[in-house]
Amino acid sequence: MAEITLLESIRQGIDEMMAEDARIFVFGEDVGRRGGVFRVTEGLIDKYGPMRVLDAPLAESVIAGACIGAAMNDTLPIAEIQFADFIHPAFNQIVSEAARIRYRSNGDWNVPMVIRAPYGGGIHGALYHSQSIEAFFCHVPGLKVVAPATPYDAKGLLKASIEDPDPVLFLEHKKCYRLIKGEVPEEDYRIPIGKADVKRAGRDMTVISYGLMLHYSLEAAEELAHEGVEVEVLDLRTLRPLDREAILSSVRKTSKALIVHEDNLTGGLGGEIAALISQHAFEHLDGPITRVCAPDVPAMPYSKPLEEAFMPSPAKIADAMRELAAY
Amino acid sequence: MTIDVQPMTLVGAPPGVDESTMLEMYRYMLLARAMDERMWLLNRAGKAPFVISCQGHEAAQVGAAFALQRGKDFTLPYYRGLATVLVMGMSPREVMLAIFARAADPSSGGRQMPAHYGHHKLKIVTQSSPVGTQIAHAAGIGLAEKIKGGDAVAWTSFGEGTTSQGDFHEGINLASVHQLPVIFQCENNDYAISVPMNKQMAVKSVADRGVAYGIPGVKVDGTDVLACYAANREAVGRARAGDGPTLIEAHCVRLTPHSSDDNDRTYRPAAEIKDLRSHDPLTRYRDYLREQGALDDVREQELRERIKHEVDDATAFAEQSPLPDPSTLLKHVYADS
Repeated sequence: MAEITLLESIRQGIDEMMAEDARIFVFGEDVGRRGGVFRVTEGLIDKYGPMRVLDAPLAESVIAGACIGAAMNDTLPIAEIQFADFIHPAFNQIVSEAARIRYRSNGDWNVPMVIRAPYGGGIHGALYHSQSIEAFFCHVPGLKVVAPATPYDAKGLLKASIEDPDPVLFLEHKKCYRLIKGEVPEEDYRIPIGKADVKRAGRDMTVISYGLMLHYSLEAAEELAHEGVEVEVLDLRTLRPLDREAILSSVRKTSKALIVHEDNLTGGLGGEIAALISQHAFEHLDGPITRVCAPDVPAMPYSKPLEEAFMPSPAKIADAMRELAAY
Repeated sequence: MTIDVQPMTLVGAPPGVDESTMLEMYRYMLLARAMDERMWLLNRAGKAPFVISCQGHEAAQVGAAFALQRGKDFTLPYYRGLATVLVMGMSPREVMLAIFARAADPSSGGRQMPAHYGHHKLKIVTQSSPVGTQIAHAAGIGLAEKIKGGDAVAWTSFGEGTTSQGDFHEGINLASVHQLPVIFQCENNDYAISVPMNKQMAVKSVADRGVAYGIPGVKVDGTDVLACYAANREAVGRARAGDGPTLIEAHCVRLTPHSSDDNDRTYRPAAEIKDLRSHDPLTRYRDYLREQGALDDVREQELRERIKHEVDDATAFAEQSPLPDPSTLLKHVYADS
């Protein structure tokens, strides 16, 4: 098995699917000759031509809106929003249109589209190139939200997302793009949407995370192992629908839950997960459900000390683990 | 460039339109009007919570829809599109099912307010209430058609107020850049609820905006069904031939308040409201057909009786049709729900 980056795994996934199915096309800013500002779609225009790898006008609403229309005309669009921070002009198209079309037409129409969006920070992207936008969209019935953390998961989930008959928001953590490498098999495979994965088994507490924070949580868990605390790390992989069973069965086993996300604390996904655990695993709990999240400031600042102060880090996560373990 | 389409009902039918087609257009206009008037009666009788009208837009919509191919071309009408969807194949019974919010309503199964049309088999694309979103969808349908190498066109409609939305610009711009097979019909009835056109735009005509996209902007009298047909037929021909989109502005009249919840006397001058009926597209077309010898009292009476029967049948059918079962509330959120 070859070891590739998260970014390469996504490119491979798109490439292999496009080779198999002529209905698939890519639509986004700079995705053509430039291959995307992060180079995810690099080389695809040479293989599939300018009618299947299209540079969109600089207009996010129509990137989403046109892909919705195209999906209703028997194609399978992959929209790229250049930075998740710029997805907000497309909010109406994604939330009022893509997510509701099946429901509002009583099942008569559907929108099989993928919206890829690089999100997250730690890359000096400041307020408008670092945002975590998942909470806005995880609130929306009719959407699926996927946020893989490893190359293996990303490729398998991307293929599943393209094949999904409903709209999928596919979130790619920017800092993971080239930082995270992993083995990806040669053969074709899928990772099902809606299934979490235990990335590290442990008996003393459950850490629930995704994206870059999954890797930071694994680092912290390794540190805690040296201190005799065995942390189980659950990678959500899909943020909507949540894998309730995976969350609950892990917490029932360990009796303690720590939720880690880079998104702001208030109204973040952690609140929903905490509610789920407290309602359905209350009698198993042996400590307060704890969250390590970004503080409630508008976004992460540019300057290094401010950015670091904003981001949860392996050290901050390890501290929270120690505190919860001692409870 | 802005193109002014000459009034047709004053000068004669466009080439290729025979008498039976002209009468069929009239029948659809009458049917749309009769359906619309019945909806208001049902609303005032407390049987339909909400009505939004196409009265005064019949010529623009029937003329346009006759230029399209039913079952092949995509239509993305806005909420005033009753006459459009009737011509594209939706039956009076199907329309009435939505008025009564019945389970069998093909647009939404009673989930959406009436006039949010959709019908997959007829390629009438499901619509929402935030205005202008369908303009981006139409561009996307055209894009997919070009990618697939097909020759269907996407036709979408909207009011002049919607031209203030970003999706109007973004959708037309995309379609123009890629020369997509899309027809954008603005049905300008001078008011966006209560706000007059001069508060929406500083230009005199929506069609003038075609210049900004490098596409034809066509101005047509929206109360002249034959002129609307001619303008749309030309636009459809261009789109099918790969020559790109057209922006059509059909100047209509809004004969009713915005919706059943509106009162236009609070913002429209009384004299203006009084004058509206003199621009009624139905009266105008009827006079023309009579002048041409295509219509007389006997035929008119026959036609009206047939339509009244159709509307009565649709109303009775829809009223006795079952309501949605509450147990279906959770269905169709996703493919597997």
